[in-house]
Amino acid sequence: MEWFDNYKKLFTTAFLFFTGLTILVAIIPAINNQVNNAPLPNALPLSEEAAKGKAIYIANGCVACHTQQVRNVDMDKAWGTRPSIAADYAGIRRTDFWRNTATLMGTERTGPDLTNIGNRQPSRDWQLVHLFNPRIVVPESIMPAYPWLFEIKAEPSGNEVLVSIPEAYLRGKAGKVVASPKALQLVAYLQSLKQTKLPDGTPAPEFLYKKTQKQTTGAAQAQTLDGAALYATNCQTCHQASGEGLKGAFPPLKGSAVVQNDNPELMVNIIMNGYSAREKEGFAAMPPVGTNNNLTADEIAVILNHEKSSWGNNARQVTAEEIQKIMDALKQRAKP
Amino acid sequence: MRLLNHLPRKGIFIIAILLPALRSLAQTATKPDHFFHPAFGTLGMLLLLVSIMLLAVLYLKSKANQYISTNTHKKDPKEDEQFSNYIRNLNSEQIDAILTYNRRKKQGNPGGNSDSKNRLLPIFLLLPASLFSVSLLAQGDQNSSASPFTQTGIIITITLLVIPVLAGIILMIAKVSRLLRNSRERRKMEEADRLANYLSNLPDQESLFKLEKRKQALEFRLSNNELSGNLPAEDEKGIINNAGRASALTFVAIKKKAVKRPNIDPELSKLILWYIGTATFWLLFGTTVGEYLGIKFVAPDADHISWLSFGRLRPVHTNAVFWGWASLAMLGLGYYVVAKVSNVKMVGIKRGWWALILINAAVVLGSICLMAGINNGGGEYREYIWPVMLLFGIGLVLTLINFIQTIARRETKEIYISNWYIVSAIIFALVISIVAYVPSWQDGLGETIVQGYYMHQGVGMWFMLFTLGIVYYFLPQQLNQPIYSYSLGILAFWTQILFYTLIGSHHFVFSSIPWWLQTVAIVGSMGMVIPVVAGTTNFIMTFRGSWYNVPGSYTLPFFLVGVIFYFTGSMQGTAEAFRSTNLIWHFTDFTVAHSHLTMYGIISFLVWAGIYALIPRLTGKEPPQITVGAHFWLALIGLLFYTVPLMYGSTLKGIMWKEGKPFIDGVVFMAPYWLWRAIGGTLMWTSHLFFAYNLYKMLAGKDDIDVKEIAIKKIQGNLDPLKPIA
Repeated sequence: MEWFDNYKKLFTTAFLFFTGLTILVAIIPAINNQVNNAPLPNALPLSEEAAKGKAIYIANGCVACHTQQVRNVDMDKAWGTRPSIAADYAGIRRTDFWRNTATLMGTERTGPDLTNIGNRQPSRDWQLVHLFNPRIVVPESIMPAYPWLFEIKAEPSGNEVLVSIPEAYLRGKAGKVVASPKALQLVAYLQSLKQTKLPDGTPAPEFLYKKTQKQTTGAAQAQTLDGAALYATNCQTCHQASGEGLKGAFPPLKGSAVVQNDNPELMVNIIMNGYSAREKEGFAAMPPVGTNNNLTADEIAVILNHEKSSWGNNARQVTAEEIQKIMDALKQRAKP
Repeated sequence: MRLLNHLPRKGIFIIAILLPALRSLAQTATKPDHFFHPAFGTLGMLLLLVSIMLLAVLYLKSKANQYISTNTHKKDPKEDEQFSNYIRNLNSEQIDAILTYNRRKKQGNPGGNSDSKNRLLPIFLLLPASLFSVSLLAQGDQNSSASPFTQTGIIITITLLVIPVLAGIILMIAKVSRLLRNSRERRKMEEADRLANYLSNLPDQESLFKLEKRKQALEFRLSNNELSGNLPAEDEKGIINNAGRASALTFVAIKKKAVKRPNIDPELSKLILWYIGTATFWLLFGTTVGEYLGIKFVAPDADHISWLSFGRLRPVHTNAVFWGWASLAMLGLGYYVVAKVSNVKMVGIKRGWWALILINAAVVLGSICLMAGINNGGGEYREYIWPVMLLFGIGLVLTLINFIQTIARRETKEIYISNWYIVSAIIFALVISIVAYVPSWQDGLGETIVQGYYMHQGVGMWFMLFTLGIVYYFLPQQLNQPIYSYSLGILAFWTQILFYTLIGSHHFVFSSIPWWLQTVAIVGSMGMVIPVVAGTTNFIMTFRGSWYNVPGSYTLPFFLVGVIFYFTGSMQGTAEAFRSTNLIWHFTDFTVAHSHLTMYGIISFLVWAGIYALIPRLTGKEPPQITVGAHFWLALIGLLFYTVPLMYGSTLKGIMWKEGKPFIDGVVFMAPYWLWRAIGGTLMWTSHLFFAYNLYKMLAGKDDIDVKEIAIKKIQGNLDPLKPIA
């Protein structure tokens, strides 16, 4: 064709064709999203500390392995209470003159999703230990260690944050491990990563591709739940697979009086409302894991039974009904 | 049933006999629900038995009729005609025997006897047996669960009764068949007797003469020098070159050398070699980083240095191999192709050098920035901050000016398709970069939509399009025949633009970007079948009739592997885009495997093919065959070791996620597959060392001493006989 023998016409046609499509599928949708979405009314902007932490998160390329998006598919329920929506990202703008917007949604999930990590693992002590070397708390982890965010000091001053690191991980260095401001900023950012509640009355988008399980009664469902797996997901990172916890950081469940107690009330209370009574002993405060992760009475019951019957523990097994009663009572008490 | 057909027939027979019994046993084990009327089973069984009997009777009757007719068969009046037909079909040995016999007979000494004992396989016995077994099997399938015969005892009894009955029928059929066969054989023997008689008393001399002639005709053989004559060959036109002599077995196959071509502008040649040389440096650098990253999956505590931590090094690897290796190598090859197919000198060599410097500077600065923790905010492949990427962009603009000006001065009327692809790729890469780095539409999800667009257009509109342009030149050239279909190439060009532009957002399926945009991306991914199939067909059909060239060439295997991965890798991309597959594969290492299959299997292999095709003709030096072979096989096997375990493992990991297993279980599960990845990566990395060595040999290697050449020079006195040859 004559048209295509003229290089100006040929390349202009190709350019216009491609650019036209680009405008249709990239630029217009992008502008549309930018203009038509606003942050949720109760969304909190990042604190100064957390914003600095986000810069550290970006600089170290954490997005290579960690996503920040809860997809609207059933398997992503583990990462958040609802699927992420456009409004969740609407508040994120250009980082600075040099750097583009960082929604940090990610495309690889070599590590866990962090959309809701501020709720799922709010403990600063855990995050610091984990950052120093993830294998201290998760032996199977392949995450890089970030010891350069910490300093080892012989005599730390009073207002510095000490991190209790087992000696084996100090690589022969003596002294106390102190979290640098950067480490604290990064943890502040992680703690700020919480899914914002939708305004009252707004229905959350549904999780799709639900498992087609027959609806069974509570007791039957409890039988299908795997206590060990739920423990691994919700508890193990602190209390460890051995139930021995981490010396000076997370108390053991093995042989624990609370776990061995035949009355599960205190245990359920700790799971639902957190626990800070043992901070004097150097143990970190426990976050309200049950509330944060939306655990049901069935799930809590099998977790409790796993803990009560493992590592040599031998306490009375509990039922879901029993736990439900305690949970209801706790809720009643919480109401003013 | 299909599977059963492969079993020996006797086996089937036994199985078939046993099957109903087994079924019945199973039936008693699980109490049947009374869905069918009890009488149905009985009736069916009886009917079946009766029909088997009936069939047997019919079969025997027809056989009996045949038998009677053969035995009452009278002498055929057309037998003489039949005999002459036999004679026509005699072979030369048989004719010889007849002639000898007739000659001897004349001398009064007839002899020779016939031995034609027939040994037929007793297959007849088995055939009906297998037929029966089939019908029995069918019965076994139809026989529904509930009948009064569910009582095991009764079933077994009936089966036991049926066995001898069936066996009897089969025996009878076999007997009749044998009877029939015997009679048929006897008849043939009689006919043979008559034929022998006829032959031994052939009527006249004339027919003997005919036979003699026939024998001569049958024994005719070519002397193999009908065309050449008996004189030794003389190559008056100097057509034969490089005549080889079969010598001892070679350990490394000897491949075809690059054909000497008219000299190329040394200025351009130097520029191209620098492009390829720096590209090779970035290949080594980038894949060394990649290799180290792969090792970190297995040994996460390999180092504790911030500059070398995983998150910082990963983009160093991807960007170095993208903008350093593949882009520079493509541009280098492009400088040759664009000028060559326009049949003019390349314009603006100086700008070419500037582009080379700028692009290299971008990768150097970009890598340092990334390791220092300065990046653009996390979008894959746009981790370089804008001032760095700007250098790359300027480099592209300079190249674009050169290429367009060269095409403007072309001596051909048409613009060869390679130049469509190459120039468009540069234009599109610039469009993509501008869209990706202009901040006006990047707030909130805008960033994600642009990211999906950018990362995929970078792959498809820059690397793929440019590489296709290179292949459209080098593949026909290496095969020494034109591209199969020019119009298929044009179809692929426009459909690639149409569909590829749409598919970016398929990296964010199920995310919070608009659902319709995700659907458009998925549909576009399906549309990609058209350009990919068109392109692959075009390349494979260009190979047609020239497949014999592949084993004898060291460039064509690279082209072939690249083309095959072009098809499989791209189609895999389409398959990955569906929502159902996203459920399992998204976020897993499957994506990593896919990007290596494509960026390495397609782009790198095709670029290597181009480099091995081009450099020897620029420098006149060939790479050592053995190290080219090592490069090829290590790269190919390494790639498969890298990708296959990763795809397998990540599929299972995705299923584990779907089943709600704890996240850390998936990490533990992947450990062996990550180890395989590291092993495959090591092989790939080793192959790059061989490639770098080959490039060195092509640039600076010493030529083998050509004895003829030296001898001539010595005769001419150009060379001091005592001086060693450098």
